[in-house]
Amino acid sequence: MERRLRKELTNLIKDPPDGIVVDPDKISQNITEWTVDVKGAEGTLYQGEKFTLQFKFGSKYPFDSPQVMFVGKHVPEHPHIYSNGHICLSILSDDWSPALSVQSICLSILSMLSSCSEKKRPPDDMFYVRTASKNPKRTQWLFHDDTV
Amino acid sequence: MEIDDDLLANSDAGTEDDDEFVELAPEQTSAMDGMDPEEFPYDVLALEQVVTLMVDIIKEVRNVVEIPATTTRILLNHFKWDKEKLIETYYESDPDRIFADAHLISPSRKVAIACSKREIKPRYSVKENGEYVCEICYASVPEQLMSGLECGHRFCISCWTHYLTTKIMDEGMGQTISCAAHNCDILVDDETVMKLLSDSHVKLKYQHLITNSFVECNRLLRWCPTPDCGHVIKGQYVSDKPVTCRCGHTFCFACGQNWHDPVKCSILRKWIKKCDDDSETSNWIAANTKECPKCRSIIEKDGGCNHMVCKKCRFDFCWVCLGPWEPHGSSWYNCNRYDEDEAKRARSAQEKSRAALQRYLFYCNRYMNHMQSLKLENKLYASVRDKMEEMQKHNMSWIEVQFLKKAVDVLCQCRQTLMHTYVFAFYLRKNNQSIIFETNQRDLEQATEQLSEYLEREITQEVLRDIKQKVQDKSRYCESRRNVLLKHVHEGYENELWEYLDNI
Ligand SMILES: [Zn+2]
Ligand SMILES: [Zn+2]
Ligand SMILES: [Zn+2]
Ligand SMILES: [Zn+2]
Ligand SMILES: [Zn+2]
Ligand SMILES: [Zn+2]
Repeated sequence: MERRLRKELTNLIKDPPDGIVVDPDKISQNITEWTVDVKGAEGTLYQGEKFTLQFKFGSKYPFDSPQVMFVGKHVPEHPHIYSNGHICLSILSDDWSPALSVQSICLSILSMLSSCSEKKRPPDDMFYVRTASKNPKRTQWLFHDDTV
Repeated sequence: MEIDDDLLANSDAGTEDDDEFVELAPEQTSAMDGMDPEEFPYDVLALEQVVTLMVDIIKEVRNVVEIPATTTRILLNHFKWDKEKLIETYYESDPDRIFADAHLISPSRKVAIACSKREIKPRYSVKENGEYVCEICYASVPEQLMSGLECGHRFCISCWTHYLTTKIMDEGMGQTISCAAHNCDILVDDETVMKLLSDSHVKLKYQHLITNSFVECNRLLRWCPTPDCGHVIKGQYVSDKPVTCRCGHTFCFACGQNWHDPVKCSILRKWIKKCDDDSETSNWIAANTKECPKCRSIIEKDGGCNHMVCKKCRFDFCWVCLGPWEPHGSSWYNCNRYDEDEAKRARSAQEKSRAALQRYLFYCNRYMNHMQSLKLENKLYASVRDKMEEMQKHNMSWIEVQFLKKAVDVLCQCRQTLMHTYVFAFYLRKNNQSIIFETNQRDLEQATEQLSEYLEREITQEVLRDIKQKVQDKSRYCESRRNVLLKHVHEGYENELWEYLDNI
């Protein structure tokens, strides 16, 4: 599925969603592992903050969802984002569809951040971070209330 | 009884590398004996026939309740394929409620949802120089290579195939596969799936998945237990009778285990569970451990000293006599208290609990022994085939040497029966009939071992005629002993003569 990934990359570089910054040089060496920068939008709780999202694509992508998480020191403080960078988002596991894309994942995460009304960690953060596997795809997610 | 025919068919399947045997099979089978294969009526269904059977039931229901086929199948699943109950419930309570219970969107609402979505978003990407862009692989594809469901989402056929294969093979999904588009819960019906799949292995797995609950819920249907066989046996009623699948495997229709006459399904189930629970540990326990005389926990001796301290209750005792350690005083390595009363009492308590284990091991070893020998069946057929060739070099005709193969068939049947007689005997309470049974068992076992020995003997020119007579006589004798034993047990069932031990 390398053709699709190359095409997705081209599209993302050409026409990135607001708040997403792609550095093509960082990606070109390894097409199956991307990092993109996410900027907190104006007028939201994350205004002025900058985060890094990591994407890892397995051989079955896009039929299998990519592994997506925040990396680096600064992980957004959000009720659906654990302090180890794992994101509780249904399209990353159960609700994944091969018709979704990196672009649509970015849009979902951006809207998740923008709609947040209170900066806090998930209630089970301490426990989760201690017990979770490094790969968020290993977690059997029980989705938190989507309206937060 | 059709047991012999079935076993014959079974053993033929085990010699597929040999054309002669396979060709000969029908003749051998009919020559076997006068048993009636019609006693238990059953059919062997290929997976497609099972699907047809299922589709017919779905049609029947749809004639009454007007809902889409896929929805009907899911509803039927929900009702464990009891169509009367579904129809009754559908008309006597709120249909919307039934759909909700079965995790379905009511068909009327589903259409409404699909329509409302259509207005918001185009169903597929715009044409690019007369072609469509597949939203999964991003390739431009001519219209005839695009496919989709009533929801309007369209993807290229190759992506559909890939998508369905992943769902079926990796996620084990069957009837709940929905459209590949995000947030579209329109289910892919089985006709579409079969049309889009080409790999027969994936097709088989899919048919297995969608029919599985249909077969499992249906008391008159049973999967052949052979891995990847995929055939289903359809009985006219439920009975503990042997059935033989097209793949050659013979098993009990009631419980699915290898054919296990004379023991009943429920007893065999109990036995298999017992074996699973403790076969690995009990041998080792019997040989290497003792129980703490005080709290009965298992103690393993880990050094040369006879002074044992129970890790659990801290009781000090002597490994040799099982009496308390204290009176042993300073005789560190020698036990001189073996005959003291206290030590004797401790040992007899231990013996009692060991006796139960010994008894189990007795039956288990014999059961395993016959099972092991049965597993070597293929090897035996091969070695007998060599002997048959050898004999033909010594002026015997092909037809004259067939007695050897038949003798192996008999041997295998006898072992299969003997194996299960030990399960039967393990749970049997002693009475006059059980003594007769044990005599029959002993006779059959002796005859079987002798037959086995004859079949392993070297064939030389001198013994040729002699051995033929001996093998034929012995295998006839084995057959008759086996019939006597089985008949006796069956009569015992009819007259309720068998009593079972409880608590074991
Ligand atoms: Zn495609
Ligand atoms: Zn759809
Ligand atoms: Zn079979
Ligand atoms: Zn059975
Ligand atoms: Zn103890
Ligand atoms: Zn002692």
